[in-house]
Amino acid sequence: MRRKLVLIGNGMAGVRCIEEILKFDREAFEITIFGSEPHPNYNRILLSKVLQGDTRLDDITLNSWEWYERNGIRLFAGETVTEVDIKRRLVRTDRGRVVEYDELIFATGSNPFILPVPGADLPGVTAFRDIQDCERMIEYAKTYKKAAVIGGGLLGLEAARGLLHLGMDVDVIHIFDYLMERQLDPTASKLLQRELEKQGMNVLLRKETAELFGNGRVEGVRFKDGTSIAADLVVMAVGIRPNVDLARRSGIEVNRGIVVNDYLETSVPHIYAVGECAEHRGVVYGLVAPLYEQGKVLAEAICGRKGKPYEGSVVATQLKVSGVDVFSAGEFMDGEGTESIKLYDEARSVYKKVVVRQGKIVGAVLFGDTSEGRKLFDMIQRGDSVEALSLSLFAPAALGGKGSLAAAMADTDVVCGCNGVTKGAICQAIAEHGLKTVAEVRDYTNASRSCGGCKGLVAELLEHMLGEEANRYAVKETICGCTDLSREEVIASIKEKRLMTVKEVMSVLGWKNEEGCSKCRPALNYYLGMLYPGEYDEEAESLFVNERLHANIQADGTYSVVPRIYGGVTTAEQLRNIADVAEKYNVPMIKITGGQRIDLLGVKKEDLPRIWADLGMPSGYAYAKALRTVKTCVGKQFCRFGTQDSTGLGIRMEQTFERLKTPHKVKMAVSACPRNCAESGIKDVGVVGVEGGWEIYVGGNGGTHLRAADLLCTVKTEDEVIEMTGAFLQYYRESAHYLERTSKWVERVGLEHIREVLFDVETRCALLERLHKALSATTDPWRDIVENERLQQLLFRDIGDKEPVPVE
Amino acid sequence: MQGEDEERMKVEVGTLEQLPKRLGKCVRVGNRELALFRTGDDQVFAVENRCPHRGGDLSQGIVSGEYVFCPLHDWKICLRDGQAQAPDEGCVKTYRAAVKDGLVYVEL
Repeated sequence: MRRKLVLIGNGMAGVRCIEEILKFDREAFEITIFGSEPHPNYNRILLSKVLQGDTRLDDITLNSWEWYERNGIRLFAGETVTEVDIKRRLVRTDRGRVVEYDELIFATGSNPFILPVPGADLPGVTAFRDIQDCERMIEYAKTYKKAAVIGGGLLGLEAARGLLHLGMDVDVIHIFDYLMERQLDPTASKLLQRELEKQGMNVLLRKETAELFGNGRVEGVRFKDGTSIAADLVVMAVGIRPNVDLARRSGIEVNRGIVVNDYLETSVPHIYAVGECAEHRGVVYGLVAPLYEQGKVLAEAICGRKGKPYEGSVVATQLKVSGVDVFSAGEFMDGEGTESIKLYDEARSVYKKVVVRQGKIVGAVLFGDTSEGRKLFDMIQRGDSVEALSLSLFAPAALGGKGSLAAAMADTDVVCGCNGVTKGAICQAIAEHGLKTVAEVRDYTNASRSCGGCKGLVAELLEHMLGEEANRYAVKETICGCTDLSREEVIASIKEKRLMTVKEVMSVLGWKNEEGCSKCRPALNYYLGMLYPGEYDEEAESLFVNERLHANIQADGTYSVVPRIYGGVTTAEQLRNIADVAEKYNVPMIKITGGQRIDLLGVKKEDLPRIWADLGMPSGYAYAKALRTVKTCVGKQFCRFGTQDSTGLGIRMEQTFERLKTPHKVKMAVSACPRNCAESGIKDVGVVGVEGGWEIYVGGNGGTHLRAADLLCTVKTEDEVIEMTGAFLQYYRESAHYLERTSKWVERVGLEHIREVLFDVETRCALLERLHKALSATTDPWRDIVENERLQQLLFRDIGDKEPVPVE
Repeated sequence: MQGEDEERMKVEVGTLEQLPKRLGKCVRVGNRELALFRTGDDQVFAVENRCPHRGGDLSQGIVSGEYVFCPLHDWKICLRDGQAQAPDEGCVKTYRAAVKDGLVYVEL
């Protein structure tokens, strides 16, 4: 019989833990989830986006209603657990429901802290914690004008920004000397304040709230120093408290949070706590990364596979506050026994500080440019010596030596005031499109289109860009014109904010084109699939037609079908079957491909699922950015020169790596001797058999970028070929740009670098682990469609013929 | 009132529900082939299903806002006026589409 698992709290930490449990064992538990909010699990971190009005609840939903259903989870949303009977192992809810449990998880999160001052319960006073708070604020903003946010921490500033967006006047009230004192030092905080004030926020520091006043509803805030301000809406964002009431009432040990050990077990057997409500070794975490780490450890433990215990997390903060990047980690305040290295560039609003104690890097704050954050975080965790710091961290990049205004301007400075075009945007357009004249710049960027006053400056920028500066902008290759972010920046944000859909990425990262384009959507689709194997479902509407329909579109709108023929080795029966299918569907052309397989050309879209069903063969992925084919020579079984079983290895490679999505197509070959009949020298991965071993070549290309492959290494066994190839493929998947072939990628990152990565045993094992995770999540797409009537209807069937009638 | 519109013809192409968002569908009316699109914000557009470049099947293109990218050579076509976007030049015929009581109609 399945054990009964009850989760109290339908939020990010708890549901994530359930996802981990399902990954281990889908059948182990009968799962029931209670959540007080009437919504499925959503991304609370993105609430400020909802408040700003450009994102809907749907866009930030992490687990849809359908997800719960699909996984057989009973969800009671909008129902609160009011009692836990630890003796009889059951929970009771506010609707009188009683549910038994074998294992019980508390993931009750935290509650906003409401200041205990007079008037805190007046209408017009709200917290900023859930969807309902957001909706309330949006509603107020329609009628009222003046908002006050109490609390100048991250949450308060996000609320303030949202309200500003909604057209309200916003006062931010903070009790301390400077904003965000938990994440920033005073210098960074002052820079942030300046930026926020520029955006229209009014910041009041050292103000302690005495009371909220108003007749029937809130009308203002009075402070202890006797001053007061008017306000129609007051948002309390002064902090959160772990939600532990139920646990305490139930007899579970509670301190600040619910006390748990390294396996997230509470003081009561079979009861666990995870997330913001849990206190581990005296610490209550509020950031998502540690909560997810806890979820994983708990999932293992609860499934009876206790692995590594949870030993606490070192936290770093990397955030965008009102459009400004900030980062901090470790011991970032100057104190006794610390020294610090600083860069303060007021003109560019950039500040960087590294804190050093006894020669070791112990903390850092970055403001305005956080690109080195991750690296610094690693250094802090390792306790690197200060000598490891690279000088480039402190290079003031924009201060060219020429002394011209154009050169000295920051990328974010506006050149064309009428159209709001920055120096960065202009320089990027010049570099990207090779612009030569002011008129061209105008056409691409709108700069100087209106009053024309900035023409001189644009001309100067053009001149400036023709010099060595051009490289600086050329280096930053954005995904497409819809964003100013590079691939690396996008991937980092996807991971950090745990963005799960193409739409979410575009919306959260501020895509200029709301729905993206034919370049970025397939790219994002790939990156998400690479980052979340098994979790991310491809979005049909974000795929190029070939990958959406699993067939190659032809010039006349028909399609081609290439079934998998492993290693190019077939049988009489298989050939007969293919011939029968070709006849049945009147296939206009049957062609032997360069990759040693058979192409059926001229197939109608509607016929594709039927042909696949009749063929009964797996997809050859001839249409995909994925492993295409492994070409082989005859090999030693028949060939008198062959030294190795090339067909055997080729088949094994194709079976191992088939269905693996890659940044661009991947072709492979295995030859049994250096005569190289399978043309291993111009493949993405080419293997050549020699006496007693195999040579592995990588980065070859026989297409537009004709390139001989580089010898990566020589190995002794087939197993080693598989291992090295797998690690190479995974590293390519993780670090290449979408649509970058291995030939270009190898040249860009360098063969030596790739060797360093792959030859390090630990790194290689980690790569292979991720590769196997990706591979195990794949299924044959043709079979999936053949078995799925809904997909056939959605993607393969048109509306057909219709008769016109007169308009009435 | 009826007399004025006598030559104008329309076809009913099914319910709005049947049109998936951002995935085009093709419909044939006589010898005409139309590509139908339902955008992310639930507008419906109908254009001639032939890219002005090489006759590509526009109904299979990637849809973004009020544009479709031809699957053959990535021309960007505006669904509202049928114009190919710079640097390409050309135009496809557009048809007026309307939704009434959940049913989608295209005027020819």
